[in-house]
Amino acid sequence: MKVLMTEYLRIDLDAEQWECRVCNHVVGPATKSYKEGMLVYNRDPREIHPPIIDPEKYRFTFSPDPEWVRILEYYCPHCGTQVETEYAIPGHPPLYDMEVDLPALRAQWSTREEVKEPVAGPEVVLGAGHSGH
Amino acid sequence: MNDVKVPVGAKAPSPEEVALLKKFLTDTTLFLGPDPEIMRRHDLMPRTEDEEASIKKISDVHTVAKLRDRIQAGCDEGYEMVEQMGAAPGAKWGDVITGVYTASGDLSIASAGGVLIFSTLVHHPIKFIIKNWMNDPTVGVREGDGFIHNDSRYGNVHNTDQSMIIPVFWEGKLVCWVASTVHEGENGAIEPGGMPSMAETSFDEGLKMSPFRVVENYEIKRDILTFLQNSVREPKLQYEDMKVKLYACLRIKQRVEEVLRNEGPDALVSTLRLSMENVKAEVTRRISEWPDMSVRTYIIQDSTLRENCVVKMNCKLTKTGDKLVFDFRGSSPEFTNRATNTVLAGLKGMIAQMFLCYVWPDLPRGQAAFAPIEVITDPHSIVDCSYAAPNSQSLMSIFTGFTCAQHAVAKFLYSCPEKYTKVHAPTFNMINTFIWGGVSQHGETLGNLCADLNGMGHGARADKDGEHALAPIFATMADIGEQELNEEEVPFLQLVSKKMTRDAVAPGKYRGGQGYTMMVATKDSEQWGFMTVCQGAKIPPLQGLFGGYSCGAYPLCKVKGVDVYEVLENEPHKFKHSIEEIMNEQPFEGASYTTHHMGMGFEISKRGELFMISQGAGAGYGDLLERDPAGVIRDIEEGLISHAVAERLYQVKFDSTTLAINHDATRAARDAERKARIARGKPFAQFVKEWNQPKPPAHLPYFGCWGDDVGTLYVGGPDTARSANDPKPNYMRNPKDVRIDELEARLEKLGALGDEKQ
Repeated sequence: MKVLMTEYLRIDLDAEQWECRVCNHVVGPATKSYKEGMLVYNRDPREIHPPIIDPEKYRFTFSPDPEWVRILEYYCPHCGTQVETEYAIPGHPPLYDMEVDLPALRAQWSTREEVKEPVAGPEVVLGAGHSGH
Repeated sequence: MNDVKVPVGAKAPSPEEVALLKKFLTDTTLFLGPDPEIMRRHDLMPRTEDEEASIKKISDVHTVAKLRDRIQAGCDEGYEMVEQMGAAPGAKWGDVITGVYTASGDLSIASAGGVLIFSTLVHHPIKFIIKNWMNDPTVGVREGDGFIHNDSRYGNVHNTDQSMIIPVFWEGKLVCWVASTVHEGENGAIEPGGMPSMAETSFDEGLKMSPFRVVENYEIKRDILTFLQNSVREPKLQYEDMKVKLYACLRIKQRVEEVLRNEGPDALVSTLRLSMENVKAEVTRRISEWPDMSVRTYIIQDSTLRENCVVKMNCKLTKTGDKLVFDFRGSSPEFTNRATNTVLAGLKGMIAQMFLCYVWPDLPRGQAAFAPIEVITDPHSIVDCSYAAPNSQSLMSIFTGFTCAQHAVAKFLYSCPEKYTKVHAPTFNMINTFIWGGVSQHGETLGNLCADLNGMGHGARADKDGEHALAPIFATMADIGEQELNEEEVPFLQLVSKKMTRDAVAPGKYRGGQGYTMMVATKDSEQWGFMTVCQGAKIPPLQGLFGGYSCGAYPLCKVKGVDVYEVLENEPHKFKHSIEEIMNEQPFEGASYTTHHMGMGFEISKRGELFMISQGAGAGYGDLLERDPAGVIRDIEEGLISHAVAERLYQVKFDSTTLAINHDATRAARDAERKARIARGKPFAQFVKEWNQPKPPAHLPYFGCWGDDVGTLYVGGPDTARSANDPKPNYMRNPKDVRIDELEARLEKLGALGDEKQ
């Protein structure tokens, strides 16, 4: 049984491993952070959010200040998919963002059918309210 | 005196002594300030005997659903009345709400539209009235009464919102309460518009109304009204909207009375109680469907609106079984003389709104949806500030707290087979708009804001882009309004409005909804000014989701020494319609062009000077290399991004004239970029060895915990820290004094201070 945990990651409950959903690469133990199996890149935020007004002339340019914030990009080491980003204060330890209780997850899915395609969720549309009265 | 200490065992007081002590303290209370017993509780009140008895008589689900819908329709009718008749810009564009509360004060049913956080907080002042005024012989609660309230410390977002609260009696017995709340704007604070960023104490924040009676026999008491009008810049607004809220409450009361007449009081009491209990039970069930997990996230505020600094909003969300706990410990200490703090109730109300607007919008809107969820905070922190700390700009903390919650919740929802909305990245969270004030072209003193704050970009969804300028995070059905209507009443024009700010984008497989440019210039008044109250000019206030990016940063740009109305009349070709062109090309000779962070205190503007900002984009979702190339080209065609951004970020190859996509070249470029990622990325263990620091960097004025150590809070830098359990005031220096010191130090270095006496 595998559980789709994010857009790019799933957990193999039997092997207790994080896996990449794009290339099936085994990322690492699901008892730990998936980030430990990722490649990390310290991105200058100006490269993603380019200055709209001239940085030679102005202090504030629509770009984040690279001395105040960095973007940590986490890549699958096998296929290079960008699995997650983290806007981080320089030097701040990366977050253990998804600490999964594996036994509980296994128990929860023991009564569920495996879901192989992601469920996007419904649109919120007029007439789909709670009552139907 | 006997100075020999003799240990004496503490004697436990008898129940009689405890009762006597309690009575003594109750009878001799000096000041009925905010009551922690009321203010720290967000769960439902226990079932009363009356509720128990009513439920025994009537509990049929169809009857309850039918009556709930009737009461909801009454709330919606009241909401429409306020929106149509209200004088405040906030009222006109949906920053209002109405609701019906149980006799014990819990919000049972709120209007479908409007700002849910308002009404999820009004249960606090109602409970204050019940506890303190109901049996007080000098006050009392009678049929025909109406109570007014705005002080956030008694249960409110910030003091610019005012509520009217009326009790509903049936055959002499209190059966429920009805309330209406509006973002009024002006409230007599040190800056116009009701949300002063310059407030350094709570006494700078204008009217501070604990709940008190202002209506008797369904009429507003003129003497008290006059006092309130005399305390604010807009006496007309104060009167008009008090009347509007009162009559909306009376209309809802009329609808409630129809239920009472036709179905009887038991049906009403049972409906109000069971609606809440059923929602609470359903929320508990839905939470149990989530995976058991802890999700950690943080959002960085980059200013106090007075100075730039790094202010951490720390959040760990843990779900175990059917229990959900938001742990905000480790967030920044409060700023004792800055306005960006929030009281705990405000944070809770905002997260409650997040669930009902973005996660479970199918549930009846009320207080119950948040009742089973727990929140942990540090005392005297930016999310749980002290009584003395100002909080007129609490939006900075409740909105970034909201984003923490939204970001964390998305990571729980992804794996759930049953969902009630789409999984999506965080929505933009800052009130990028102009607050304004002064004397209008009609000679009226005004203080309020542009409804453009309601145009926040929506976060990208799991299967599609975010919507542009969709709605504010605090009211999913509010509107951004018609600026032209506004301009009939105010002496300035928005010369550019609703034009998307190119390249201010949050990229991803699905991009965030974008924000638009606003350029304002005063025209017909010499007593007029603006302020802006946002963070995010240095650090984005969002996180992306599953590989998507946040939005970028948003500055304030000013052009002074020009009258653009003269330019438009005499040299119209010189006027440009984007911040990019005006700031880069500097088309007005002799003018000054400057940029600033978005915390501009109230500033008088001269005719024709330009103030320019942009609304923000919601965050992106997924890896941008997976974005459909056709979507990238569409973004170019719609003016959202430039050719350069399309090519460099999204790695799409296309003909720059025809925009025809070269799919093979695009595929090759993207494959090459994935390989480049693998080449430049470092294994995690190696990366953290080089990256991790034991303390915050010395060059940053840093506030909050570092890493996972939530027990230690840094207060301004790596060398100033305190225990999270040892609250202390945190005073900031006046930024102008800081600047003067910097300049004097430079003068001293140059030997230019001379013999100035110290």
